[in-house]
Amino acid sequence: MLSVKNLKVCYGKIEALKDVSFEVPKGKIVTLIGANGAGKTTTLRAISGLEKVTSGTITFKDRDITNLDAHKIVPLGISHVPEGRKIFPTLTVKENLELAGWTIRDKAEVRRRMEEVYDIFPRIRERANQLGGTLSGGEQQMLAVGRALVTGGELLLLDEPSMGLAPVLVDEIFNQIVAINKRGITVLLVEQNASEALDIADYAYILEVGYTTISGEAKAIAEDQRVREAYLGV
Amino acid sequence: MGPLINPQQIINGLQLGSIYALIALGYTMVYGIVRLINFAHGDFFMIGAYAAYAAFFAFNAMVAGRTGTLAFIVLVIAMATSASVAWLANKLAYKPLRYKPKLSSLITAIGVSMFIEYFFSAFPAIGASYRAFPEIIPRRDIHIGPAVVSNLVLIDLAVAAILMIGLTLLVRRTTLGKAMRAVSQDKDAARLMGIDIEMVISFTFLIGGAFAGAAGLLAGMTYPRIFPYMGILPGLKAFIAAVLGGIGNIPGAMLGAYIMGIAETFASAYNSLIGEGIAFAILILVLLIRPTGLLGEKIADKI
Repeated sequence: MLSVKNLKVCYGKIEALKDVSFEVPKGKIVTLIGANGAGKTTTLRAISGLEKVTSGTITFKDRDITNLDAHKIVPLGISHVPEGRKIFPTLTVKENLELAGWTIRDKAEVRRRMEEVYDIFPRIRERANQLGGTLSGGEQQMLAVGRALVTGGELLLLDEPSMGLAPVLVDEIFNQIVAINKRGITVLLVEQNASEALDIADYAYILEVGYTTISGEAKAIAEDQRVREAYLGV
Repeated sequence: MGPLINPQQIINGLQLGSIYALIALGYTMVYGIVRLINFAHGDFFMIGAYAAYAAFFAFNAMVAGRTGTLAFIVLVIAMATSASVAWLANKLAYKPLRYKPKLSSLITAIGVSMFIEYFFSAFPAIGASYRAFPEIIPRRDIHIGPAVVSNLVLIDLAVAAILMIGLTLLVRRTTLGKAMRAVSQDKDAARLMGIDIEMVISFTFLIGGAFAGAAGLLAGMTYPRIFPYMGILPGLKAFIAAVLGGIGNIPGAMLGAYIMGIAETFASAYNSLIGEGIAFAILILVLLIRPTGLLGEKIADKI
């Protein structure tokens, strides 16, 4: 569904990504694992069009989307939950969700999807009229995922959904990711929390200082001695 | 009644404040959305006054006698002209510098301002000298108790009020307004919602320009003398009003503008030099005591 080939992204003279290649097959959960600064966030930002690509190609559903504007990529079917959630703090929860339906002409469909989000995350329904900035970290994460569901992408990019959350919430978020995947949405998950990510993923890629180095089925990766030492702390 | 507590002065202050408010809103909206202090904004106000002047002579004969119709046509043309110039300034001057250091846009804004002023002065049909602004709506005085209110005051207040209510509804209730707020808060997140942020930015310049154009017409009718540099001082004062209210904050700009209008009128009644300088005294006080402005919360991190 998504294919990234020899991706290179530079910030000025610094090469954030040097040579990143991976595939995300339809219906699967794929995870990118790597240390801070390995280029995980940059990879996702390049896919959703927030970052300009220096060279390489990104193909989504057989269409070249390299360097397409972000607002043109969204309606093609990619939803990106960014690092740090990026909830609009002075918009209400409801307004945050409504804006996620910006590219959808049929507003009844937007309302239907919002209801769906409220069903998945009852906490978000309770907070519908509160300002986004007043939500707790866990609720903000739910809202961020909720926005992506309203956007309605077939491919969901998740950047560190567990960051800064209490362990009990981390489990809940990961359960929700699995549930969302079961509804037919393909997931590309970026995580520092490697063990949880490998638990739910089908495939995994290890990203090291701008390169994809190790790849394979998540179960095999979890057994790999190098990965166990570097990322799983065993 | 003494000059310092006088209902007449409050009315005059509200009238001046209405004009400042319409200009200040453009400053604050553009700042809110692209973090740019658009120093050319006062010139959009001047362009509005000249567009109104031209529109008056173009349509005066055509709608002979129907003052209301004429005033409405003139208002629409003034707003549309200033809006177009603001839109064009964004497209040509600011957009190419969007992701460059903020200082580049700021200096460019000063350049755009000077370009407009000197171009207008050099342009033979306009010229550098003062022009008398025509009496679009004949002045009539209405006596309310000790105060005299001219119909122009009521028109200034009403036009400003209608536009400000319209803007508030637009920003709070419509999807486009929500998109404007979203873009001002977090551009990346807005892009991930599928919002074309350049479209929203263009729209913001259009609205800001249109409001400055309306202010240009009102100022022309109220203080009937126009010239190519007439935007500089009101522009600066409206900018200070926006800072007083909390730059980037829409209700703040309105509040700041009315405080500024009243302060200036009162100070002028005392001494005209103090009246001219009060705005800058207010600016210094705000920067010393409450740099975020009355309704602003976060400290602006960039110019």
